[in-house]
Amino acid sequence: MANTYTLIEAKSLGSTTATITFSAIPQTYTDLKLVTSTRCNDAGSLSVRIAFNSNTSNFTGIYLQGAGSGTPSSGSDGRRAGVSIPTTYTSNTFTNDEIYIPNYTSANFKSYSLDSTQENNATLSYAELYAGLWSDTAAISSITLTLDSAGSFVANSTFYLYGIKNS
Amino acid sequence: MPNPTKVIVDCSTGVTTEVELTDAEVAQREADAAAYAVEQAAREAAEAAKATAKASANAKLAKLGLTAEEIAALY
Repeated sequence: MANTYTLIEAKSLGSTTATITFSAIPQTYTDLKLVTSTRCNDAGSLSVRIAFNSNTSNFTGIYLQGAGSGTPSSGSDGRRAGVSIPTTYTSNTFTNDEIYIPNYTSANFKSYSLDSTQENNATLSYAELYAGLWSDTAAISSITLTLDSAGSFVANSTFYLYGIKNS
Repeated sequence: MPNPTKVIVDCSTGVTTEVELTDAEVAQREADAAAYAVEQAAREAAEAAKATAKASANAKLAKLGLTAEEIAALY
């Protein structure tokens, strides 16, 4: 059970930005939690992607996704880090996303979990649960988020990185 | 037209820097986007095929005399 919860760094974007990186993450916590709220400047951008230590290889995971109607979908995919909001959605709406990374300094492979929801004044609005794995033994010292299209995060997207200690 | 920018938050100093992506980074970003589009299309095709197969199986079960409730109980 976590008994500390410390804000390491926070960033609210002042302008459109393609990627955001938290670098030189202190190695003094047990777990990390990344809380984001994003929107993008592209009609096709939906998925946010994650990289650890600038590494985009050896990521796997399973997602479960609902879209507001129809049958929920599930499948395998790597590097998922949330569902952003494209330009076709209701103006000035942003997502709510949380990524939890336990034991980020360990010498074992790194698992992480994600829950993410969109906001849209329409039937179509995605919600997603995801379990991810980075099959790498390196301690995580940086986290990068980007979109899976050529789009960018818009101003007022926010990113909060917390450190959690178990003792 | 300038390249998109990236934001780097240094957690050891609290300093945030915003720099323009290099041409190589832009090219990589576009290649990644194209690769993801291909992967996404493949995932969606697989999901559509699965849904079609499920509908076909349900229809065949119905022809065997199973009710909709009985078919639903199988899943």
